[in-house]
Amino acid sequence: MERIPILRIGNMLLVSIQVDLQDHTALMLQDDLSNRIVETGAKGVLIDISALEIVDSFIGRMISTTAAVSRVLDAETVVVGMQPAVAITLVELGLTLSGVRTALDVDRGIRLLSRGIDDRARGGDVIRDDYLAE
Amino acid sequence: MSSQPENDWIDLLRDSRDEVIPAWTSVVEATLAGRMTTSELTNDIREIFDGLTAGDGRGSDIRAAAYDGLRALVADLGRTRARQGFSPTEAAVSIFALKTAVLELLENRADLAAYQAFAKLSRFVDDLGLYMFETYASARETVIAQQAESLLELSTPVVKLWDGIVALPLVGTLDSARTQVVMEALLQALVDTGSEHAIIDITGVAAVDTQVAQHLLKTVQAARLLGAECIVSGIRPQIAQTVVALGIEFGDIHTKASLSDAMLLAMRRSGLDVVSRA
Amino acid sequence: MTTSPSEASTVIEVRADSDVVRVRQSVRDFAMAAKLSLVDQTKLVTAASELARNTLVYGGGGEARVRILERTGVAGVEVVFADEGPGIPDVDLALTDGWTSGGGLGLGLSGTRRLVDDFELDTAAGEGTRISIVKWRR
Repeated sequence: MERIPILRIGNMLLVSIQVDLQDHTALMLQDDLSNRIVETGAKGVLIDISALEIVDSFIGRMISTTAAVSRVLDAETVVVGMQPAVAITLVELGLTLSGVRTALDVDRGIRLLSRGIDDRARGGDVIRDDYLAE
Repeated sequence: MSSQPENDWIDLLRDSRDEVIPAWTSVVEATLAGRMTTSELTNDIREIFDGLTAGDGRGSDIRAAAYDGLRALVADLGRTRARQGFSPTEAAVSIFALKTAVLELLENRADLAAYQAFAKLSRFVDDLGLYMFETYASARETVIAQQAESLLELSTPVVKLWDGIVALPLVGTLDSARTQVVMEALLQALVDTGSEHAIIDITGVAAVDTQVAQHLLKTVQAARLLGAECIVSGIRPQIAQTVVALGIEFGDIHTKASLSDAMLLAMRRSGLDVVSRA
Repeated sequence: MTTSPSEASTVIEVRADSDVVRVRQSVRDFAMAAKLSLVDQTKLVTAASELARNTLVYGGGGEARVRILERTGVAGVEVVFADEGPGIPDVDLALTDGWTSGGGLGLGLSGTRRLVDDFELDTAAGEGTRISIVKWRR
């Protein structure tokens, strides 16, 4: 059975989706991720979807749910590397993944997460969202 | 009178090949005002003339298989004239001038049979002219489509303003198709240059309708999914009023009055400050 | 002028999760053959993915038929989904933005319709559902 590998980098988890996702593979990933967050005490999750040629409502929902669940588990999720054609299609479909943070690539995703993690470590759990959220 | 084959005009043409071709050429040449050389024209016309007189008993239907070669020649002529930018009349004359040329020839003869043959030739040339015109028209459409496409490409100048900041200055009329192309180019540029900030400047845009505003909004949302933020600058007072009057929800789009204000905001968001040294 | 497709159509059985992926891949191949732009390819494949899942989940399985069409010299890709499931009782409601019969994000059919150029829906309670979508080359 296909399983998406989850890599641990410091206090972050990195998932790079390289295959055309079947629905149950997506659901399994969602479960695996929440388990790994608890096991490792990770503070951030990076989901790299640069290799995904489409994101439909099922995968979109998986991403939103994962972000919401990880937030409950005290970890921030950043989706990185979405392709322009995929983004245009998602917007047309009516899915804007509100509540999910995004970055252009893994590098920028890590920077975004580190900033958030540092801020929370300083006491408040307020993430500097001054311009990212409307 | 015994029944004649439908293309008995063929003998009429063959008998006067050396007179018809120059006459035909000179009628066409007069309308083209020196835009083609006599020898180019003579070549074109000689080919068609020979195509017309290539075989006997082929009937009067230009769509018949017997005329495949002739049709190919004529279609080629239509396409070439369209690409050379000749007007419809100028293109049509290339074929119809044959009638003028033959008629001039017959004027000095009292030959009933020849006139009867001419009447048939005239119908045939009409068909041929229409056929050429079809290919002319479709070639023109292709040319126009190609021009429209290259215009679209020309009108998507995504420029890098600073490391991580790109701008898209829009000028002219924004229709739905163009907005879509422009927006796709912008999103691609964000990814290609790794820019987290985009400024869409609409100072040069005459009007914004509901559809265009929708596309702007969608672009901002799509950019966010990529991990980038858009600022729309240069909204003129009339456009602001239309937007409000149309009830377009612009709430989700960050707007600035001028490109420089937008630039300043984008720099600040990138962690940069502009300091005066004076 | 509508001429018959130059290439044979492909029929894909939609019986399992993995078939949804197969539909996506096949539609992608046809969209590329019809020279749709990358954005249009992505829209069509996404729409097909949504409908294939509907066929599987709500229709109890069925089939997808993909082919290339031509209309006045413009190529397009058509995908037809057919199932013999319970059908959609209230079509207008099903096409309303935000409506869902549960489980989804409520974008089902209305969102899918926005991704394609032509969208046709035939359904009757108890007699199954047939949805045909077309994306034309721009």
